[in-house]
Amino acid sequence: MWYVLAGLAAGIVSGMGIGGGAILIPALTIFLGINQQNAQHINLLYFIPTALIALRVHKKNDNNEKKGLLPLILWGLPGAITGSLIAVKIDANYLRKGFAIFLLAMAFYEITKGYQKWKSQRSNHSKTSSKKPTPTEK
Amino acid sequence: MKFVPVPIICINYAASAHYKRMKNENSKKIIPIGLVVGLANGLFGAGGGTLLVPALQKFLKLDTHKSHATALAVILPLSVISAFIYIWGVDVDWKVVMLVSAGGVCGGVIGAKLLNKLAGWWLNILFGLFLAVGSVRMLFA
Repeated sequence: MWYVLAGLAAGIVSGMGIGGGAILIPALTIFLGINQQNAQHINLLYFIPTALIALRVHKKNDNNEKKGLLPLILWGLPGAITGSLIAVKIDANYLRKGFAIFLLAMAFYEITKGYQKWKSQRSNHSKTSSKKPTPTEK
Repeated sequence: MKFVPVPIICINYAASAHYKRMKNENSKKIIPIGLVVGLANGLFGAGGGTLLVPALQKFLKLDTHKSHATALAVILPLSVISAFIYIWGVDVDWKVVMLVSAGGVCGGVIGAKLLNKLAGWWLNILFGLFLAVGSVRMLFA
């Protein structure tokens, strides 16, 4: 049951395209005690049907950008092959630590992005409400 | 293991052929983006999308919603190939995979529908905080 719930939560985030795996893998390893490699392959496999169905919805909303898609995938493939070959061979503990650092970097990025969005939203708002333009730093 | 370089070379050949045809600013940026995203996604089994979304926005100048949907489309084939290598390399617990996927499919529909309705700074902050807590717990657990 917890597996389904973890999948549901991660699926919502995945469908929005902001990295459900980043939620699913910690959930699986921390709360359900699954080892790092297993959590990673669960995430990869779970992602296939989830992304397929999310893409269908996006297609209906016409959110897809076709241009540049294929070369991105083609250049991604050698990276993906190398990365997963390393992941399969490496010690689970190191992988877990590496993943945690990766997550931390992502967390930092997301929070700064959110902060910037908030700031620009607020300055836009104040620009429209007051006539006097405020000098912006950047 | 011995045969791994063969598909890589084929794929790269196809990619560079495409690259020559495109000949614009963006196509140069595609190579490092693709390689790094693929590597991270394969190594950590996740996070390719998280890297790809800002990359698409910043370097290929896609708008937010488009870059999220496009990131999904790019990560999907990369995840398929990584999943094959994982299946070959580690034992797969198919029951857990099925359970998690069942939840994931429902969530995927909800998330994709929500994307058009909500986006905003608070979503980033919330997600970032969640990741921070998760990473700290994983580092010290």
